[in-house]
Amino acid sequence: MPGQLKIHVDQDKCQGHARCKSLAPELFELDEYGNAHEIGDGTVPAGLEDKAWLAQSNCPEIAIEIKEE
Amino acid sequence: MSNPAPVTDWVHDFDHTDPRWTENPFPIWDELRAKCPVVHTDRFLGVYLPTTYEAVKEISYDTEHFSSRRVVVRNVRPEPPQPAPPITSDPPAHKPAKQILLPPFTPDAMAKLEPRVRAICNELIDAFIDQPGVDAAAHYTKHIPTRAIAHMLGIPEKDGDLFIKWIHEILELGIHDDATLMRAVGDMTAYFAEQIEARKTHPTDDLISTLMNARDKDGQPLTDAHVQGSLRLLLIAGIDTTWSGIGSSLWHLAKTPADRERLIAEPKLLPTAIEEFLRAYSPVTMAREVMKETTVSGCPIKPGNMVLLSFPAANRDPAVFPDADKVIIDRKENRHAAFGLGIHRCIGSNLARMEMLVAIEEWLKRIPDFRLDPSRAVAWSEGTVRGPRQLPILLGKAV
Repeated sequence: MPGQLKIHVDQDKCQGHARCKSLAPELFELDEYGNAHEIGDGTVPAGLEDKAWLAQSNCPEIAIEIKEE
Repeated sequence: MSNPAPVTDWVHDFDHTDPRWTENPFPIWDELRAKCPVVHTDRFLGVYLPTTYEAVKEISYDTEHFSSRRVVVRNVRPEPPQPAPPITSDPPAHKPAKQILLPPFTPDAMAKLEPRVRAICNELIDAFIDQPGVDAAAHYTKHIPTRAIAHMLGIPEKDGDLFIKWIHEILELGIHDDATLMRAVGDMTAYFAEQIEARKTHPTDDLISTLMNARDKDGQPLTDAHVQGSLRLLLIAGIDTTWSGIGSSLWHLAKTPADRERLIAEPKLLPTAIEEFLRAYSPVTMAREVMKETTVSGCPIKPGNMVLLSFPAANRDPAVFPDADKVIIDRKENRHAAFGLGIHRCIGSNLARMEMLVAIEEWLKRIPDFRLDPSRAVAWSEGTVRGPRQLPILLGKAV
């Protein structure tokens, strides 16, 4: 049984490509400049794990961290 | 304007305006990448070309050694360069200049513009759908970004031909011909001066007004030169780039029936396919000016040279993209750099993506069956924005 996933967008790395928001709108939101943030505390609800990994593997700036707790 | 000598040694004497590069650059980049991560030419007063994803990334993130004050490689380097903030800005001036322009280009803002773009696409298709064939570059792909950015700037969509003429003079003819470039810049400045003047008495809700109303960190309005530079940037960067992106996508689908049929059967796959078209046929190569001596991927880099920052070559690097030379429309992992990497990420990336998606979606809905016209040639643009400028397509049974 895999552990709970937690995502975090590194604000120093994010440049607002918005790929994560497009691929996983349930997990990411954008600020007024279009830069991405994880929704809430970044806990990935059950069933959305694949979307979290998909968003991470399409971020051109490698700005998304995923931790398994 | 002189004709440069044909290239015989790509590794030591490349030329990004050579007709073979214009026609099909991919085998040239593959050859260069196999030899060295960064190659150099004495042409254009000295230019480096990073050929790997890693080298392109390294330069993109290094604003200390590589300046954006010049973003086009040309035969001349006039001093001072023409500013067009924020694309020509370096830190610390870059961030505030960019933040003014980011809010109007978020995905939410683009969603509001989408119905207008969809209508533009259908108006264009209506005009040629009864014909047996069409030059899609001249009658479709060109007009979508032109009208969309005119709409955002608040200038007449019907002035589009004028904008396209200026862009051709600045980005293509301007590489070898400074007088033509300066004349085009002068004409644009006069055009926008009139628009700015009109808004002083009749304020509007568009990008020109956004720039006129913006304040710097000291609460002061932007200088006229800043406003004019940003407007030049938006008009130039907003048109032939997306014209190219839509055109290359359509070119691929015209010659690849299997991908076309799959996208018609699985329309939800289209956003993923657009990302792959952006990777495989990235339209935009940027440039940097070397400010200080350094090394990139082990290669020595010397000031006084320019860099052709080839995102298109990076996106074809097999070290990062498996089967990099194949177009795989359901490619799952795709960290392509078509819109740049680092602080200069294209401001219009959300606009470009929306336009590409809507343009291809509407075309496939109305013209599911089409192919390249074998009796007429496809012509590609020269220089640092690559896309079809002549795209003869035979239309099948229209619906």
